[in-house]
Amino acid sequence: MRSILVEKFARQSLRSLRFNLFSAPSAVKLFFAFFAVRTMRSTEIAHLLKLEWQLDRRQKHAWGSMALYVVSTVYVCYQGVRHLSETPIWNALFWIILLFAAFNALGRSFQRENSGRQLYLYTLASPRSVVLARTIYNAITMAVLSLLSLAAYALFIGSAPLEGAQMGTFILVVMAGGVGFALVLTLISALAARAGNGIGLMAILGFPIVLPMLLSVMKASKLALDGMGWDVTGKYVIWLLLIDVITVVLAWLLFPYLWRD
Amino acid sequence: MKGWWWKGLSVVLLLYVVIVGLRTPLGPALVHVSVERIAPGEVSFEVTGYNTHFQEHAPHLWLENDGQKLCATSVTPISDAAVSVTFTVPQGLRESMTSIRAWDVKDGPLVLHEAFFTEGRGTGITETPCAIQETARTSFAFPNRAILNETIRNLFFHVPMWFTMMVLMTISFWQSLRVLRTGDLGADRMALSAVDVSLLFAALGLITGSIWARATWGNWWTSDPKLNGAAVTVLIYAAYLILRGSIPDGHKRARLAAIYNIFAYVLMFVFIMVLPRLTDSLHPGNGGNPAFSSYDLDSSLRALFYPAVIGWILLGVWAYTLHLRVSRLKALSDDASD
Repeated sequence: MRSILVEKFARQSLRSLRFNLFSAPSAVKLFFAFFAVRTMRSTEIAHLLKLEWQLDRRQKHAWGSMALYVVSTVYVCYQGVRHLSETPIWNALFWIILLFAAFNALGRSFQRENSGRQLYLYTLASPRSVVLARTIYNAITMAVLSLLSLAAYALFIGSAPLEGAQMGTFILVVMAGGVGFALVLTLISALAARAGNGIGLMAILGFPIVLPMLLSVMKASKLALDGMGWDVTGKYVIWLLLIDVITVVLAWLLFPYLWRD
Repeated sequence: MKGWWWKGLSVVLLLYVVIVGLRTPLGPALVHVSVERIAPGEVSFEVTGYNTHFQEHAPHLWLENDGQKLCATSVTPISDAAVSVTFTVPQGLRESMTSIRAWDVKDGPLVLHEAFFTEGRGTGITETPCAIQETARTSFAFPNRAILNETIRNLFFHVPMWFTMMVLMTISFWQSLRVLRTGDLGADRMALSAVDVSLLFAALGLITGSIWARATWGNWWTSDPKLNGAAVTVLIYAAYLILRGSIPDGHKRARLAAIYNIFAYVLMFVFIMVLPRLTDSLHPGNGGNPAFSSYDLDSSLRALFYPAVIGWILLGVWAYTLHLRVSRLKALSDDASD
């Protein structure tokens, strides 16, 4: 009950602030205005996330196509190499598969909007909420997809390199890598969609930017497979988190310019 | 001719760098001894120097083992770069590796570290003092380093290329910010010109680096974090040009290209700054290799390196302004013909 009252007051103070920003900017009002903006943004983001989820649930083929892409790629590799037991090659092949799965999955992130619906979204929501919601949704998607890829990959190509591995660290690195790809490629996917050139342009724009991340994540997962603990792989994961934070901040800053036409 | 002086300055600096940087000799050094190990008793061998003046001033030579000195019993210069020398080695040198040192008036103190394996080791020898006054060399020369040798001059060309590229990319980044703030197509043209010229400098940096790598590390390309950084940089800006090419509308192109430029520039900078510190690199200053400044960038190199950096950066900015003028004129003539 109290929180509803606070929010109500915050909304009121925001409304009054809009009209009286120059006449009566008191510290209390500003404080509640910030509070209001924050709550509105997070509810907006939650709504957008829900929208994404409902869209994906309605078009079931989206998830199916991602899963099918991973499984068929793994199967093609299986036909080529049967079982791999050398850790470096096993590791490299896994990351290549996951990288292309990420490009494939995130490429459609901004493609499915036609311009009419985009205009509608534009009038409803703040662009920063849109990009944050898409980023969060893509990150969750990629976390799931990376685990799915790992399962399919271990099933077909063989799980020999996993036997001596630090499994906890390895799975953490795999998920961190997948989430990192999602964060970097969300803005790139929006750019490619705006340039009207689809997934081909996205690969060209995204590859050099993802490459640094790919190098460090490959190294970290190789170390985890070799049985190295967190004390060795930790610095790579922290570096990955640093890139993630910078990427999200940049996307947050730049997306409004991309969104308006 | 307002503002022309810096163009003249760049020409003067680069002429100075090319002439002095290529004509200054390397300092003298000992490069080779004709035997691998020394055993107690009479030992004679030949010492080879580089840019030394043994014939002009007969050098003093002595062995050094764990701080103990052993002077030569006879020294016979063969040429300016070779000297024949005899030692009477006693039993009991302490360390497994013995160095050889030399000194003469013109070349100053010279050393070849760990030149010999020591045989007949013991707990030390009784030193006989040899009368040597070690005054330093006074002639102007570049440091003579093993492996680097004469290629050390590439420092004045290879490194400033990357500095210039960075400066031009920063100009481009700044103009891209202006595009987003004001939507100005002129700023977009500046961003594009800066990227074009910076890619030229990146190509020059890759070529000079590749030649240097071949001469010192033995390979045209190695998997080194700095090289990966260079490759990523070139790929990013090539992608930038492709992105521009795929959008026909001018204002939209300016905006999208600016967004990509800002995004890529920041990530690239983080990558180039951080990644070499995470993994081993063959470059100085990374992965346990000391930076140039701590052991190689002595005063003679500094006297060339800093002018070279300033000169190349000014030349790069000059090239950028010319490129920009050409693209402005092209845009004008396109407008006129439409």
